[in-house]
Amino acid sequence: MSRFEYAPAPESRSIVKLQPSYGLFINGEFVDGAGSFKTISPASEEVLAEIAEASTADVDRAVKAARRAYEDVWGVMPGRERAKYLFRIARIIAERSRELAVLESLNNGKPIKESRDVDVPLAAAHFFYYAGWADKLPYAGFGADPRPLGVAGQVIPWNFPLLMLAWKIAPALAAGNTVVLKPAETTPLTALLFAEICQQAELPPGVVNIVTGAGETGAALVNHPDVDKVAFTGSTEVGRIIARAVAGTNKKVTLELGGKAANIVFDDAAIDQAVEGIVTGIFFNQGHVCCAGSRLLVQESVADQLLESLKRRMATLRVGDPLDKNTDVGAINSAEQLSRIKALAEIGSAEGAERWSPACELPERGFWFAPTIFTGVSQAHRIAREEIFGPVLSVLTFRTPGEAVEKANNTPYGLSAGVWSEKGSRILAIADQLRAGVVWANTFNKFDPTSPFGGYKESGYGREGGRHGLEAYLAG
Amino acid sequence: MPAKKKESADSVASATRVTAGATVTAPRLAVRKTYKLFIGGAFPRSESGRTYVVADSKGHFVANAAQASRKDARDAVLAARAAFGKWSGATAYNKGQVIYRVAEMLESRRDEFAALEVPASEVDEAIDRLVWYAGWTDKLAQVVGGANPVAGPYFNISSPEPSGVIAVVAPATPTLLGLVSVIAPAMATGNTVIVITDAPRVAITLAEVLATSDVPGGVVNILTGSAAEVAPWLASHSDVNGLDLTGVADAKLALELEQAAAETLKRVRRPAAGLDWTADPGLAPMTAYLETKTVWHPKGM
Repeated sequence: MSRFEYAPAPESRSIVKLQPSYGLFINGEFVDGAGSFKTISPASEEVLAEIAEASTADVDRAVKAARRAYEDVWGVMPGRERAKYLFRIARIIAERSRELAVLESLNNGKPIKESRDVDVPLAAAHFFYYAGWADKLPYAGFGADPRPLGVAGQVIPWNFPLLMLAWKIAPALAAGNTVVLKPAETTPLTALLFAEICQQAELPPGVVNIVTGAGETGAALVNHPDVDKVAFTGSTEVGRIIARAVAGTNKKVTLELGGKAANIVFDDAAIDQAVEGIVTGIFFNQGHVCCAGSRLLVQESVADQLLESLKRRMATLRVGDPLDKNTDVGAINSAEQLSRIKALAEIGSAEGAERWSPACELPERGFWFAPTIFTGVSQAHRIAREEIFGPVLSVLTFRTPGEAVEKANNTPYGLSAGVWSEKGSRILAIADQLRAGVVWANTFNKFDPTSPFGGYKESGYGREGGRHGLEAYLAG
Repeated sequence: MPAKKKESADSVASATRVTAGATVTAPRLAVRKTYKLFIGGAFPRSESGRTYVVADSKGHFVANAAQASRKDARDAVLAARAAFGKWSGATAYNKGQVIYRVAEMLESRRDEFAALEVPASEVDEAIDRLVWYAGWTDKLAQVVGGANPVAGPYFNISSPEPSGVIAVVAPATPTLLGLVSVIAPAMATGNTVIVITDAPRVAITLAEVLATSDVPGGVVNILTGSAAEVAPWLASHSDVNGLDLTGVADAKLALELEQAAAETLKRVRRPAAGLDWTADPGLAPMTAYLETKTVWHPKGM
């Protein structure tokens, strides 16, 4: 079958006005940090800007600003007034959505159609959702007079920079806390644009503070004695360090960590829909998704047919320029992440799994990895156990529903899972038995501000989103 | 009738025996209870063979209680994990009935706890607390879960599910009410429990209540002995999902346990000191060991 060639359809960069350098956002103003680092576009390795690096002293300044704002302004403000600030922020995100989407794709490498249609609209929706809670907290089920905790220290990852910021900041502010947020080292730009949005919304100084930097900045924030609440999204490895660091303190903690989700396809599934779901599950956002469906469990009787369809579908994925509106799979976020993906893929081959990628031309500059599947994977293989966090799918087979459940749950993670079947009773029974915080049945990678998200077991604890997401920021 | 002669707490009754044609009067020797562990529905001795002396409030010897070891803790984890699937999958109605049955059995054994110097008011409170939790099993999902109005054509619902195997250090006092207050919420939410306690007589008598209440073996496991010795093994055990430090008074031990629990990201509960045991416990003892599962499904013709 011949395929149409696509003409390039690039989104213009002109809407984004990059500054040569960005400071830290503390107490409502941009200020210099102790050091600096460069942030790049992973699709071209072009330097986009110089970013301030916050030292321990800078973090301390930010926490002090947040404390003052909590005590003097935000913690004592009536909920209905807080609500209006959050509604304002939601509106401004929507108004500046094009700019945010382009900047996100530039700095993160994700396809513009994702940042435009998923990340940015969901971020705005998240603020809109939690805005409405600010004056209704006594109805949330956490006591008649729930109180904020104080200052929240929040550390977010690079895979959904603006969306993770929204997941963290919106519920914290709605509940009456103030925040110091550290964006990921490789993706600070949309958080800094968000700081500007806070200025436009006339949010009182110190309510939101953004400190950029790497792991040391994050550690300084998490370990700061005047932080009352720690919220982290990232690797299980760092999650353990944080859990250990806050042990014995009165800090409240929520952790949203890694995953190795099973996507289970039964023989009675609608195969074409399942194939779409598998592709969305693992190639959405280059597989840089903690809840990615990175283990495909397919019933043996339909495995050949399904894999044939999957390969055919994968051959149509367009990998390349994140700002091209036709692009399906963008750039890997960093050289470091690319080398980790490559290393695990090589281990997959070395351990005897069969590797396949569609013919696909990758750009010369930047960090790229072709969509890849491994078949003949056993549960003992490292690619079936470890989070790859890239566009790499491990395919395993099963014969009975019991075996599918057993294999799906055979992991220390428990963030998400998928199940594909046309039989309702089977879907509900399997969903009951999967030890995972989100189960997508006949769909995958769907998110909504009203829908709680978070893991079982070593995928962390606490929920973000929905009424449940308020609990992390309230003392009941 | 021969005169009764009281010699010791153990030999309160007298008996008449006939020896070589003569009638000799002697007090009846009571049959003492051996206080062992409670693991997987059985009452094994400690694998270590160790015991420790338990005295009553006047300092008199009353028993050699089993002193749990690391191996016992690991056996208890195996039993609790094995019981988890069935107990977590039991209907809420069934779990409620089982816990209510525990309350019934406790009511009928009030005298045994009185003999162990548990105040009657504490027994009352313990029984009532079990009844309270029995009623929660089939209501909690509606209180803490529900439908989520997502912006799209999807059915979306969040439900609470148990975290798994929970290790609990029971408070030293109140003995019975403390034990019931840490065991019942974990049971009611479908978790399985390993309790470490230094109140062997009350705890093992409670185990007898549980063992006769249709509580499946392994749902509650009781290790008597030293929390400082046994709890670290449970805090670092990879197949334990939650750690309840209610009974850990030593701040240094609490810190070490919490740090060990961080390695496997256990859910750790550390209630503030000075808990009022007779107050309404609220939802926190139950929600501490609950996960929220959210299920999505598309809607379409």
